[in-house]
This record gives sequence, C-alpha cells and structure tokens, in this order.
Amino acid sequence: MISFSEVFKRYPNGFEALRNVSFTVETGEMALINGHSGAGKTTLLRLIAAIERSTTGSVIVNGQDVGRLNGAAIPFLRRNFGLVFQDQKLLFDRSVFENVLLPLQISGFESKAAARRVRAALDKVGLLSKEKARPITLSGGEQQRLCIARAIVSRPSILIADEPTSNLDMEYARDIMAIFKSFHQVGVTVLISTHDVELLGDLPQRILTLSHGELTG
Amino acid sequence: MNTWFSYHWQAMVLAFKRLALIPFSTLLTLGVIGIAFSLPAGIYVFLENVETLSGQFSSGPQLSLFLKLNTTQSEAGKIESFLKENPHVASFRFIPKASALEQFKESPGLAGVMDGLEGNPLPDAFVVTARDVSAETLKTLSRALAELHQVEHVQLDSAWMQRLAALLKLGRLAAWMLSVLLSLLVIAVVFNTIRLQILTMRDEIEVAKLIGATNGFIRRPFLYFGTIQGLVGGIVAWLIISLGIHLTGEPVKHLMQLYETDFRLYHLSMGDSLIMFLFSAGLGWLGAWLSVVSHLMKIEPR
Repeated sequence: MISFSEVFKRYPNGFEALRNVSFTVETGEMALINGHSGAGKTTLLRLIAAIERSTTGSVIVNGQDVGRLNGAAIPFLRRNFGLVFQDQKLLFDRSVFENVLLPLQISGFESKAAARRVRAALDKVGLLSKEKARPITLSGGEQQRLCIARAIVSRPSILIADEPTSNLDMEYARDIMAIFKSFHQVGVTVLISTHDVELLGDLPQRILTLSHGELTG
Repeated sequence: MNTWFSYHWQAMVLAFKRLALIPFSTLLTLGVIGIAFSLPAGIYVFLENVETLSGQFSSGPQLSLFLKLNTTQSEAGKIESFLKENPHVASFRFIPKASALEQFKESPGLAGVMDGLEGNPLPDAFVVTARDVSAETLKTLSRALAELHQVEHVQLDSAWMQRLAALLKLGRLAAWMLSVLLSLLVIAVVFNTIRLQILTMRDEIEVAKLIGATNGFIRRPFLYFGTIQGLVGGIVAWLIISLGIHLTGEPVKHLMQLYETDFRLYHLSMGDSLIMFLFSAGLGWLGAWLSVVSHLMKIEPR
C-alpha cells in the first residue's frame, strides 16, 4: 500500500513540484499517473522510492514512513520495488544477463537460482535470445523491456514505472503496457506515470491526474 | 553464512575484473607500491645480514689479555685463578705463546714473516669473554685486569662491535622512519586509484543504490580492490629484494672468500615476509577505506 497525505515538495530554488497531494493506492491495485510534462509525476515517484524527501506531509509505503527512514533502512525499502526509470539507467559495460542479475546479487541470491530467475524475467519480456548481447546493441524498445526485466527479476510487491512508453512507437508501447497489466493480474501493485493519453484509452485502470503539482482527478 | 560468503566472493571477483580492465595503470600502481615497500624492507634485510656477518667475525664481548714476555707459569696460574673467581667473567681461554705462534704460521701471508724471526716474539695470552655487553661492565673488568701483576696490555675486542651495534641501531631507526613515510605514500596511491575508480563508476554506483544496494555492498569491491593492490605490491617488493640478493649474491660470496668467511646473504624469513604481506595488504585496505568513505558516500541517486 502506498499512501500520500498532504505532501508538498519544494525545491531550494523555490519551485513547488508537488502541492498538497493526498491519495492512496491499495495493495494489488494498478494506477496510472497522468499529467503534462513538468506536472510533478517524476517527483511523486521519486518520493516513493526515497530518492527525494517531501518538504512536508508524509509518504507511507507498506506501513513505513518513507520520509523518516534512516539511511541504512533505505536500501531495504527499495528492495520492495521494481523500478523502471525514464532514462532506463542500464549499465552499458555489462551484458543483458548481467544487468538483470544485479538486483539478485544485491539481495544476496544463490547464483544458480539467480540465473534461473534472470532467464525467466528475460523470457517474460521477450529478450531471452539476447542475454549475451550488450545493451547498446538493443533497440529503444528492447532497452525499455530490459529495464522492465531488471525491475521484475526480484519479484517485487510494487512495480513503479516512470514514463516507460516514452519514445516508443505505439506497438511497443502497447506490448509494454500489456506486460505491466500481467503483473497487476498476479497481485503486484503497479504505479505508472505517463503523459501519453492515447494509451489510457483501452486501460480501464484508476487514473490520477496531476496538473502543476496538484492532484486534479 | 552462505550469503555472506557469496557477497565476498562476488566482490573479490569484481575487484579482480576491474583490475584486469585497466592493466597498464594496475601495473604502474603495483610497481609504485612494490618499490615503496622494497626500500625499507631492503634496508632491513641488509642490516640483518650485516649483523649476522659481524656475529661471525666476533663472538660476544671479548677481552684479550696479553702477559709480559717473562711471565712464569705460576704467575699465569695466579691470573687464571683470578679470572675463575671474577663474577664478570663468563669464560676464558689460555693461549700459550707456542700455540699462538702455530696459529700465526697457519695464517696465509704471515707464515713467511714468522719464519724469518728468531725465537717467539709472541706473549702468553688469555681470551676472556665477559658476562654481559654493557660498556660499564667491560670497562670495570678491563681496568681490574690491567692492574694484575704481569699483565702487559688489555685489549677490548668488542669496541668495534659496540660501534657497529650503535650504527645498526641507527640504521634500523632510519628504516623505520622510511617505512612510516612510504606507508603514507602507499595509502595515498591506493586512495587515489580508488577515487578514480569511483568517479568512472558513478553510474553503476547510482543504479546499484537505486535498486537497493547497501553501502556495504557498494564498498566491498573497492576494499578488495585496494587490499589486492596492497598485497600484490608487497609481493612485488619481495621479488625486488630477491632480485637484489640474486644480483649481489656472487660478488658478496667472492668478497667473503677473500676474508675466508663462509657467508651467504639471506632473504627475509618466512615470518618477516608474511608480516610484510599482511602489512601491505592492510595499508591497501586502509587507503581504499579512506577513499571510499570520502568519495562514495557523496554519490546519491539523482
């Protein structure tokens, strides 16, 4: 469960990215965060993953107040999440396989079981045949799917994706949304930000709309 | 336990991979660390050798007691009984003039000189070993012996030993000071290589933090990186000293043959080598740790 109450985020330069945002996403729910560029979607997701802290108000994830966690607890909070970044943050000096392996190495997985899981995740996003490739040789859509494979490999209870379909053509975008939907169907809480209204058409999910840092619907 | 082992195994493998990725800079760093260690360790080996060598030339604090040429046997017997009772005397040996002459004749070069002489010019002598080396005891003893009847001359054989011992002590102090300075150098070298590593791996560190890596997880490969550099640097130093011994071995042997002494240079003992390796690995670790603490923690995901 993710819960925001009266959250404000003000940057040192005076810019208010979020203003009085309150909402709750229940466990197992799938929600889309929609809004124009600069509306505060990314900031909202970053507050959940404790990449940034709110100025006032509280962000609760699985019963923990994220803003009050000490530095040592943050890595363990983040292991609850599968994060898909807008800029993907792939490691280009490692193979596709090693990129997906990283979260399992971090949580101390036994290597044989880890290899099985990595292949399962790559299979899920349709990249199994490219496990030895370098990320740089993949197309944009494939890189996006690689990022998703890395997010889901540790079987997180919460999947958070920041603009996962930006820069992709419609066909890829639909594929990727379908992957997220399949996770939602097996009980994973899914939170996706997007500015792409067209995608929302065939997805009857809950939609949170942000405008200039305020939740409007 | 298993998880702990696999964390460390992964970190070590990663550290080796990172070292192998930059072979040239790794070799340079190892060279610098190796040379830095070989200086004080080499001096230490040199001093140890000199000390062993000086031990072969003279055994302990000795005094030579030369009697007057006209000394009778009974007078020599009195001196002998005095030496037996003196508490400062550990042992003594009587060398009658006849056997002294024999010894001289056996010495190379001197035989001819002796043959040319009429009669025996050498006196009876006692070689006295004192109970302890302190300058005070030796002085008291030599004064007491000089006052004995029929004693012509007392010679303190260990005077040069004491000077040498003082010199060696000074040399050791210099080696220690050099070790401290060069240890700081090694720490600085590792500190800097780790700093460069951290800068080039900024992205990787950021991503790892974002997907839940603890600081310990990120720190570990860097600590292994530094420790491995330190350890291998220590081994390089050992090899440099080995090379030095190998190169000087023959000339030293030749020189020692000229002095009719059987002496061979020896290397650091097993224990000393192990201590050096542990020490160098420890310094590598320390340099890495300082670097990680001051640079790694500044990297937070953006």
